Amino acid sequence: MASASNTPETPNAQAAGSSAPDGEPLLAVHGLTKLFPVGGGPFRKPSSFIHAVDDVTFRLGHGESLGLVGESGCGKTTVGKLLVKLLEPTGGEILFRFAGDSAGAATEAPWDSAAISGRLLRSCGRRVQMIFQDPYASMNPRRTIYDIISEPLSVQGMGDVQYRVDRVLEILTLVGLTPAGGFLFRHPHELSGGQRQRVAIARALVIRPSFVVADEPTSMLDVSSRTGVMSLMQDLATELGVAYLYVTHDLAVARYMCHRIAVMYSGKVVELAETEELLRNPLHPYTKALLSAVPVPDPGHRRQLPDIRGDLGTPIDPPSRCRFHERCPAATEHCLDHPHPPMEEKTPGHLVACYEV
Amino acid sequence: MTDRSDSLLKVDGLSLSYQTRQGELQAVRDVSFELARGSALGLVGESGCGKTTVANCLMRLLPDNARISAGRVLLDGQDVLLLTEEEMRLRRWRRISMVFQAAMNVLDPVYRVGQQIIEAIETHGVESTDIGARERVARLFRMVGLDPQLMERYPHEFSGGMRQRAVIAMALSCDPDLMIADEPTTALDVIVQDRILRELKAIQQPLGMSIIYISHDIAVVAEVTDVVGVMYAGRLVEMGDTADVFRAPAHPYTAALVSSFPSVSGERRPLTSLPGEPPNLSDLPPGCPFHPRCAYATDVCRTEYPPRAASGSRWAACWHPLDATLVPQS
Ligand SMILES: Nc1ncnc2c1ncn2[C@@H]1O[C@H](COP(=O)(O)OP(=O)(O)OP(=O)(O)O)[C@@H](O)[C@H]1O
Ligand SMILES: Nc1ncnc2c1ncn2[C@@H]1O[C@H](COP(=O)(O)OP(=O)(O)O)[C@@H](O)[C@H]1O
Ligand code: SF4
Ligand code: SF4
Ligand SMILES: [Mg+2]
Ligand SMILES: [Mg+2]
Repeated sequence: MASASNTPETPNAQAAGSSAPDGEPLLAVHGLTKLFPVGGGPFRKPSSFIHAVDDVTFRLGHGESLGLVGESGCGKTTVGKLLVKLLEPTGGEILFRFAGDSAGAATEAPWDSAAISGRLLRSCGRRVQMIFQDPYASMNPRRTIYDIISEPLSVQGMGDVQYRVDRVLEILTLVGLTPAGGFLFRHPHELSGGQRQRVAIARALVIRPSFVVADEPTSMLDVSSRTGVMSLMQDLATELGVAYLYVTHDLAVARYMCHRIAVMYSGKVVELAETEELLRNPLHPYTKALLSAVPVPDPGHRRQLPDIRGDLGTPIDPPSRCRFHERCPAATEHCLDHPHPPMEEKTPGHLVACYEV
Repeated sequence: MTDRSDSLLKVDGLSLSYQTRQGELQAVRDVSFELARGSALGLVGESGCGKTTVANCLMRLLPDNARISAGRVLLDGQDVLLLTEEEMRLRRWRRISMVFQAAMNVLDPVYRVGQQIIEAIETHGVESTDIGARERVARLFRMVGLDPQLMERYPHEFSGGMRQRAVIAMALSCDPDLMIADEPTTALDVIVQDRILRELKAIQQPLGMSIIYISHDIAVVAEVTDVVGVMYAGRLVEMGDTADVFRAPAHPYTAALVSSFPSVSGERRPLTSLPGEPPNLSDLPPGCPFHPRCAYATDVCRTEYPPRAASGSRWAACWHPLDATLVPQS
């Protein structure tokens, strides 16, 4: 367990070209684990568990953007929900350290969000927000744009009505929904997909969070609105100093949005590196397969055949050996007889979990 | 590419509008193209530009509020638009099949997946025996990377990716001459998408099947098609060999699409986003409808629709094409 925690990587990335985060981590995750019971009942203990997130360790700097990529069902959304406390972890730690914290002593020691309750949870919720995968499902169609965006303000008990209206108008302008007044009392179905995703971003940012989990924020959008939303999120990160965990299965999008990328497979992070390093020099056999499966818009470009068999199954009580074993083109006897490989730093800042690298 | 003697499909001057509460919405305007037997055509463009409407029109599966105002759709020389519904029913799936954008809704939840495809095969008399049909479905399942044992399962037991593959198997089940695929892999993972694209390419050639591949993912279209048409506001605005069009776009809209598309390979060049909003089809600007968003627009663009500029089979509807070898046609 927590084998990678003795090689904490420094969140210091220049790769994405935008402002690089500095020094102190905002978030440290150690051995994060989430098991979902299967086959249990009211009178029966569950017979087995889905290992949706299994011993995940990483750090994230202030204002940094970390991409979490991998196939459908590998556990990306579950990691995000654990970080914003929509799910309780089965094990591990999630530590936040917010800059300029008014809670005095709390700035000194990192916060254990698992121990936060009451007033502290509210003030933590003020700093941690999530943008959901599906902008259609995550918005109540009967509520107005004002209701939707101002909700986090009222949940946090921030300001009076006049303050909230002003804040909502301000954030609508910031996300490019102008004239803001014309959007206040519209309903979600009256907006295009791109506009709706901007509303979701506005809602997450209205309380000026330090950290946002963005779960596939552009995958439902088409070309024209996608680039706009991508650059909007980058601008806001620079302007407001927001750090992102950017969940996506699109490596091309991650390349533009993230300083570093973590590749997830079946509940495990198997590789983590600065963005350009990961794309130019992938080390894990799964990352290599994932990369060579991405179509390239250049018609002259010939891709390699992705070297991977079968499908990602549901990880129900998986055997202790390497999770990628069944599909791995490089697997050896050694992999078969040993536990899942630990994350090891191969070159500075480039971590991989594989015996054959 | 388009050898006339071997043309399978010819769309000629197709125009179509939807009657809406806000009035008439012209979704397709004067669209013409030709597709050779065994070749793959891509249709790209922003959401709402009319791609799905063109496809539904070829399948003659239009909603009640749609009206075709002009044009012909010749399949092997015969106008599909003039067929009776009964004549069309015999050709659908058999001659032209389609993988729908919302493919999840195509499978009936109360029947086993394999049975639904067997029925399509038997209805069209492609196989005369139940065993033959069953074997055919098993072969198709293997082709799209599904275990034939899954034939006995119900749609809700399939993941989204598996359902999408089953629908592709269904579209291939009657050896169609033309398969239209409308955003077939947009909802899928890259690894599954890659497998399906490879399979489509691998089966297309031996079957001599033609494909119309609709997507806003230009990377996918660049990989699977020979010819591409770019649509804007209901019209085709550029057409030509896929490699030529994407390597050196002639229409400013195509150029904007290409440069707003992120890629994992090559230099990390900055992405530019298309300025402004997609056009409102019931209230198009005069002249070239792209002019409010176009960096090259001049006075003539604001008043007159541009003529085609062409070179060989490559053309673009633009007053100022970015490729100087394209010459205006009178
Ligand atoms: N509430 C739950 N109960 C049981 N299993 C769950 C639950 N939520 C997720 N899982 C399972 O945990 C695994 C990880 O799911 P998760 O939603 O995190 O995947 P993901 O990587 O976000 O996938 P996608 O790209 O499709 O969104 C999957 O096997 C999923 O079926
Ligand atoms: N049944 C319908 N009734 C009215 N308008 C429609 C209908 N279907 C599509 N439209 C409109 O026609 C235009 C083209 O739609 P569509 O062909 O679906 O575009 P695409 O597939 O390129 O996204 C859009 O403006 C859309 O809103
Ligand atoms: S540890 Fe072995 S099985 Fe796992 S990814 Fe590496 S080579 Fe493959
Ligand atoms: S005709 Fe004019 S406005 Fe239209 S694309 Fe060409 S240059 Fe731009
Ligand atoms: Mg998810
Ligand atoms: Mg469509």
